[in-house]
Amino acid sequence: MNTTIGQFNPVAIVFFLLFIALSLGITYWAANRTKNAAQFYTAGGQITALQNGLALSGDFMSAASFLGIAGLVALNGFDGLIYSIGFLVGWPILMFLVAEPLRNLGTYTFADVVAYRMKQKPVRIASAFGTLAVVSFYLIAQMVGAGNLIKLLFGLDYEIAVLIVGLVIIAYVIFGGMMATTWVQIIKAGLLLFGAVLLAILVLSKFGFNPLNLFAAAANKYGSAVLAPGKQVANPLDAVSLGLSLMFGTAGLPHILMRFYTVPDAKTARKSVMYASWFIGSFYLLTFVLGFGAMTLLSRVDIQKIDKGGNMAAPILAEALGGNVLLGFIAAVSFATILAVVAGLTLSGAASLSHDLWVNVVKDGRADEGEQLQVARYATVALAVFSILLGIVFKGQNVAYMVGLAFAIAASGNFPSLVLSIFWRGLTTKGAVASIVVGTITSLLLIYLSPTIQVDMLNHASAIFPLKNPGLVTIPLSFLVAIVVSLLEKDKISAQKFAEVQQKIHLGNHHY
Amino acid sequence: MREKNLTKLAQKKWIISRNLSLAMMFVYFGFILLVAYNKQLMGSLIVPGLSWGILLGALVIVSVWILIYIYVRWTNNYYDRKVKQISQGER
Repeated sequence: MNTTIGQFNPVAIVFFLLFIALSLGITYWAANRTKNAAQFYTAGGQITALQNGLALSGDFMSAASFLGIAGLVALNGFDGLIYSIGFLVGWPILMFLVAEPLRNLGTYTFADVVAYRMKQKPVRIASAFGTLAVVSFYLIAQMVGAGNLIKLLFGLDYEIAVLIVGLVIIAYVIFGGMMATTWVQIIKAGLLLFGAVLLAILVLSKFGFNPLNLFAAAANKYGSAVLAPGKQVANPLDAVSLGLSLMFGTAGLPHILMRFYTVPDAKTARKSVMYASWFIGSFYLLTFVLGFGAMTLLSRVDIQKIDKGGNMAAPILAEALGGNVLLGFIAAVSFATILAVVAGLTLSGAASLSHDLWVNVVKDGRADEGEQLQVARYATVALAVFSILLGIVFKGQNVAYMVGLAFAIAASGNFPSLVLSIFWRGLTTKGAVASIVVGTITSLLLIYLSPTIQVDMLNHASAIFPLKNPGLVTIPLSFLVAIVVSLLEKDKISAQKFAEVQQKIHLGNHHY
Repeated sequence: MREKNLTKLAQKKWIISRNLSLAMMFVYFGFILLVAYNKQLMGSLIVPGLSWGILLGALVIVSVWILIYIYVRWTNNYYDRKVKQISQGER
């Protein structure tokens, strides 16, 4: 099979430059609407439900979901689908437990909610630690992915690619803040959904527009084992542990949580999750078709020749079905995907640094608008430079597991204290802090002791901790620590303020 | 009185949220455990091209939509009205 992947691709560059020009144009427009901290962090809180639903999808559907899952399905068949399903089931949890209370109780970060009835400083510091841990690991995965992807798709050097991502992000976030980030995510989600639908239609046109014909053809070519669970789920506990992290991690991802502050009220927040679940769910259904399409219309050998992990399955499929133009389009969409996710991550990390640490810890909550905005912009530059460095330091490493790790930290470090602060009167300052710190640190430690690092990366014969993902241990542990530590102390203020918290959660601000 | 109504509503919402969350966990972990422990069933074909695994996987995605729809319906029809009543009763 002939492919131009890996060579300099002018069509892809043109599509990509169009996207950059459009998004920088939007940034210029958004810059005029980003004059204070509220506009910088929340786009003024006037984003509609449909817009936020698309932006949530854009924030969530990273290159891992598009290229990674299509590749996993193309190489492993059914086993790859387990991931796409796992990434969706966190959304109902986010909706039922967190989205509306978050909107009504907080202003810029999820720490606003946890710290509301607690002592500010310890909770803010712990939350910032949890946030930055999640954001860092998520960023590593995105930046290394961006470097590799751009090298493969556009034929640019890895370091140049990482640098371009970092600089474009600085431009988006510093000047356009949440407004520009939101629109980049909306456009990216639209492009990604359009690209996936187009590819799926082209695939299905070869099979009489019946997905079952496609699956049957895949089974004919590789045996019916591709439609059944295979060796990827060898250890049931591993599958459950990963499942727990994916399910509860979504409701602890800082860049997702922050999006709920961009809408005017809880009802809009609710509607936006519903839209997001439609977009993301439909997209994952399409990955069934794309993955099996790549498997059937291409050969696994060809897919793996270009990238061992199968990440190039979707672009190669695009080239086979629509030639250089479709390849260029899909390549540009993939790059746009990474830019939008990195922008969201950078903004949420910057919010934690400036709003949680600088304003609420260093300045005791007393910082004027101008200072808040300025510090937020410095924090953005710091994070963008940090992510460029991460991309360069981790060059050539296998970072696929890092998104799973970021979900595990989010589920164990952030989710328990957040959900308990909303629903449990008894949660205390020490309980919340202990939960975040223990959840985050044990996740990091157990990942280090897991087969992923010990066996796959350090080449040891065995690992001390048997599971690839720590969620099964660290999520219950974090809840347990929060409850036990809270029961051991009396925090009168926190318990007294719970009534106020409940009132705000349900009635919002508008009735005052 | 107002505080009591609010607490009652909060309680009710918590029960709905908790039950729907448990339903989601039941569906998803049921699927995962079937994948892990009953590979034979998940691999068996219903019609050519459609295994139980693929059908149930697609149904997990559909169940996400259904559970979210149930929640949105309840909050739009019942919860929002109660919230309005309580916050207006204050004035």
